[in-house]
Amino acid sequence: MKFSEQWLREWVSPQLDTQAVADQITMAGLEVDAVEPVSASFSAVVVAEVLTKDKHPDADKLNVCTVDDGSGAPVQVVCGAPNVGVGQKVPFAQVGGLLPGDFKIKKAKLRGVESRGMICSASELGLEEETSAGILELPGDAPVGIDFRAFMNLNDMTVEVDLTPNRGDCLSIKGMAREVGVLNRMAVTGPEITPVPATTDETFAVDIEATEQCPRYLGRVISNVDVTAETPLWMVERLRRSGVRSIDPVVDVTNYVMLELGQPMHAFDRDNLTGSMVIRMARPEETLTLLDGQQVALRPETLVIADQAGPLAMAGIMGGELSGVSETTRTIFLESAFFSPLAIAGQARSYGLHTDASHRFERGVDPLLTPQAVERATQLLLDICGGQAGPVVEAKSDAAMPAPRRVVLREARLEKALSKRLGKDDVTDILERLGFGVVVGDGDWQVDVPSWRFDVAIEEDLVEEVARIHGYNNLPVRRPAARLSLRAEDEAVLSLKQLRRQMVARGFQEAITYSFVAPELQSALLPDAVSPVLANPISADLSVMRASLLPGLVRAMEHNLNRQQNRVRLFETGLVFNGELDALSQVPMMGALVCGARDPEGWSAGKAGVDFYDLKGDLESLLALGGNRDAWRFEPAEHPALHPGQSAQVLFEGQPAGWVGTLHPQVRATLGLKVDAIVFEVRLDHLSQGSVPAFEPLSRFPEVRRDLAFTLADERPVQALLDSARVEAGEYLKDITLFDVYAGKGVAEGHKSIALGLTWQHPSRTLNDEEINQLVESIVAQVHAELGAELRG
Amino acid sequence: MDHLPALVSEARDAIQAAQNVAELDEVRVRYLGKKGEMTALLKGLGKLSAEERPAAGERINHAKQTLAQEIDVKRQALEREALDARLAAERIDVTLPGRTQSPGGLHPVTRTLERIEGLFTRIGFDVAVGPEIEDDYHNFEALNIPAHHPARGMADTFYFDATRLLRTHTSPVQVRTMKTTEPPIRIVCPGRVYRSDSDLTHTPMFHQVEGLLVDEDISFADLKGTIEDFLQAFFERDDLSVRFRPSYFPFTEPSAEVDIQCVMCSGDGCRVCSHSGWLEVMGCGMVHPEVFRHSGIDAERFTGFAFGMGAERLAMLRYGVNDLRLFFENDLRFLRQFA
Repeated sequence: MKFSEQWLREWVSPQLDTQAVADQITMAGLEVDAVEPVSASFSAVVVAEVLTKDKHPDADKLNVCTVDDGSGAPVQVVCGAPNVGVGQKVPFAQVGGLLPGDFKIKKAKLRGVESRGMICSASELGLEEETSAGILELPGDAPVGIDFRAFMNLNDMTVEVDLTPNRGDCLSIKGMAREVGVLNRMAVTGPEITPVPATTDETFAVDIEATEQCPRYLGRVISNVDVTAETPLWMVERLRRSGVRSIDPVVDVTNYVMLELGQPMHAFDRDNLTGSMVIRMARPEETLTLLDGQQVALRPETLVIADQAGPLAMAGIMGGELSGVSETTRTIFLESAFFSPLAIAGQARSYGLHTDASHRFERGVDPLLTPQAVERATQLLLDICGGQAGPVVEAKSDAAMPAPRRVVLREARLEKALSKRLGKDDVTDILERLGFGVVVGDGDWQVDVPSWRFDVAIEEDLVEEVARIHGYNNLPVRRPAARLSLRAEDEAVLSLKQLRRQMVARGFQEAITYSFVAPELQSALLPDAVSPVLANPISADLSVMRASLLPGLVRAMEHNLNRQQNRVRLFETGLVFNGELDALSQVPMMGALVCGARDPEGWSAGKAGVDFYDLKGDLESLLALGGNRDAWRFEPAEHPALHPGQSAQVLFEGQPAGWVGTLHPQVRATLGLKVDAIVFEVRLDHLSQGSVPAFEPLSRFPEVRRDLAFTLADERPVQALLDSARVEAGEYLKDITLFDVYAGKGVAEGHKSIALGLTWQHPSRTLNDEEINQLVESIVAQVHAELGAELRG
Repeated sequence: MDHLPALVSEARDAIQAAQNVAELDEVRVRYLGKKGEMTALLKGLGKLSAEERPAAGERINHAKQTLAQEIDVKRQALEREALDARLAAERIDVTLPGRTQSPGGLHPVTRTLERIEGLFTRIGFDVAVGPEIEDDYHNFEALNIPAHHPARGMADTFYFDATRLLRTHTSPVQVRTMKTTEPPIRIVCPGRVYRSDSDLTHTPMFHQVEGLLVDEDISFADLKGTIEDFLQAFFERDDLSVRFRPSYFPFTEPSAEVDIQCVMCSGDGCRVCSHSGWLEVMGCGMVHPEVFRHSGIDAERFTGFAFGMGAERLAMLRYGVNDLRLFFENDLRFLRQFA
């Protein structure tokens, strides 16, 4: 909502400067976004009269004029505007003046003819954004010689208020003035509106079919209007200062009344109407060509204004092209209606429209304003365009009109809500000035909500009204009191914070990537993934929900590789989305990606690149963090995004919980990635499942250690060897360590040598060699039988 | 016997001439060893008369002791020298950087979220989270935003179909919590939220922290106190001015926007605060009775307040980040600044 300060001050003018008024209404909940001068600054521009006009001797398009600028002698000026004419009153920039854009007016010669000043167009004075076609013609009674800024009241400010959707009642000068009046405890006075008596009998019948959607509709025929009349400059200026362009006098008047009172109006060309008006829901297959030229297929939940031939306008949103007022219109039908907010809400948006009318109707327009608006508009139209007004025709459903609301505000509740006891009379005064009907009761106020306040329905709404007028910052401050009570805390559960810290300690930077990704990227990594697709994405690149953290991490890696950041270690935590909407899982995951050198560059660092085992080690450090390492296993398995020989499924208590592996070379090629990257992604719920430590007594007896080296075929996983050895090693095995892996000379082709260190200890006695030897023998026999592993000599 | 002084003097020279402990040992053996010259002198005492023997023996013993002492002193000196030489040889440049440092770091948004959570959990709030793909009911209806309510236009929503959407705020978590928990309720709900808006100052995804406190006798004054304390603690400025402006959220009544004195210019006016001296940092209000009704909480008995803030905005103000989009580019050069 944009309005002119001067206009507001005609209604109510507190002794405050512009900024103070702006601050005041901002702090009352009507947030001022901007306060700007209504025109750019310029100087030495006066009202002048064109005295003579002759063709320039050497230029077809120029005229040589003399003007009376009030300085005494006529002033000669060369003018290129096509519409300049003798007798016109015009804004005239004198020599020495300064126009917007730092344009200095000097004595000049144009094609040999002296010119001492400039006749200005609206755009040259910064009054119009688009370049004006010609000079600005002023009313005939404009006094010659008077300063143009003073004549136009240009020392005015445009105030732009960003209104919250509950305050539709402030979408007018009247509404803003009411608020300013309350805040300053001043009376508010608007223009007097008196009924315009009918001077013809012309009417046009109105019938409401959809009474619930349109409880009230007023119409009036005005005949013999001159739509070619000029809208008066003062009105054009007020519209302009409110951000509305002047179109023609009929549209200008309806817009003016909307800005002044808050009632959106519409004018039809009476001669294009057939039979009678009916306000009804659109029927199947109906279409309408709107004022802006677009044709829309109407839906049955859309309210329309129709005549016997069909829909004329989308009620409360936009008129139709055919029934609108044009240059040839002689008789108009003026509409002022109350459409129920629910009937309009969402409709405009569903057609991709947003108009001043729909903006107001969906927030609620005062249903009692309808007749006032008709009279005000009639009077303005007759003043500008002449004509004869017919009687006002009204269709109304009392049953469908908004019911009067009475809300009780309890004194005790108000005090409790604000922790402050406000003076009873002050509260009554605040409510009454806001237009509420107030009956002061014993310990409460019986409050009748005015017809324009669609947002007040319950006691809390009144609490807010009182609080905001009293001033939020004048209310007390305290700290909430609460009982101290301990809550259970599961010691086995690791917090997300701990897990993140572990990754940070391992040298990872945390990334946060968008939860929606490019479908091509996702399908390159996860061809089988099914995840929800946005119906209205911001771009195709961000249109499917991530089924994995990998796409985001890969993108982030690319971003960094493209910026000479070659060693990348990133992790991210967040939800991934899998399945169709109806069987959707939203599971928190931890994902990580590494590429580049194993160690950061340094004097002691190796030059080796990261490999699978680096990232697996990082992951294992997370698995071990909660003391629950044994619940986790890694199994060779294939994943479409991963190298088939370098990927493992991660299992938690035997259930799939994630993946770790090297990106598949083909996937890399598809995505255009130049380097190897290793990734993991594991369910956070399992990662956070640690265990509570359980003490085992320390044995006083010596440990026994045996080192065993086996040769194992390459296709046999070491895990199997470890599992088998562990089983055979018996209950007194303390630890099993894999301390060497070797392939090459001395080990058969296609085999590797695995060296295990086994440590035994008995809780209550010394283990003897014999029993250890037995265990070793059974290990050797078992791994040979099961895995073909040979003990190395 | 007469050559004792000469022998002592010779031994002394030998002691002083020793270059290391081994040489010194040789000297000791040569003079004081079992077959050493001093020992030989003692053995020669037998040739002396009984009268001469005690005095001569005493002289020899005295000379032996003196030499032994001198050898000890020399040994210590030599050992010290040897240690010094070794230490000198083992000197390293301690200013060389330590081995394989690989510092990581949290994302600044996480850092900010953790800080906010920390301030609230310390006074008894719990952290609650919820799904990001939400339904219309939890994101709108239950928060008193019925279909076609103009407030739906306040947040441009990403939809999947007619009823499922990406949450536009973390308020649905409040609804879910209130439905399953009896007051008193004290929670903060951090998380990702989504709005279909993308320009210099908007990203289609960002982070919010919502807070909710429901109990008996909670008033607007409690809300003001909590918010004021929080903002002063977050920015670590005890004198930070905080103001409350009436506003509108369908799920609170009364509602307020919260402004703080600009932390960039201390309220003098700068580009960041559009020369107003104030920064809008969060929204808040008293829980709307309709929201309580949806959650099955008795609005006559219980009252509460709720607040919501954007983590990126707070992070930008706290750390002086001037471009919102940097948060989601994950540029290591940016991320490393918050380690």
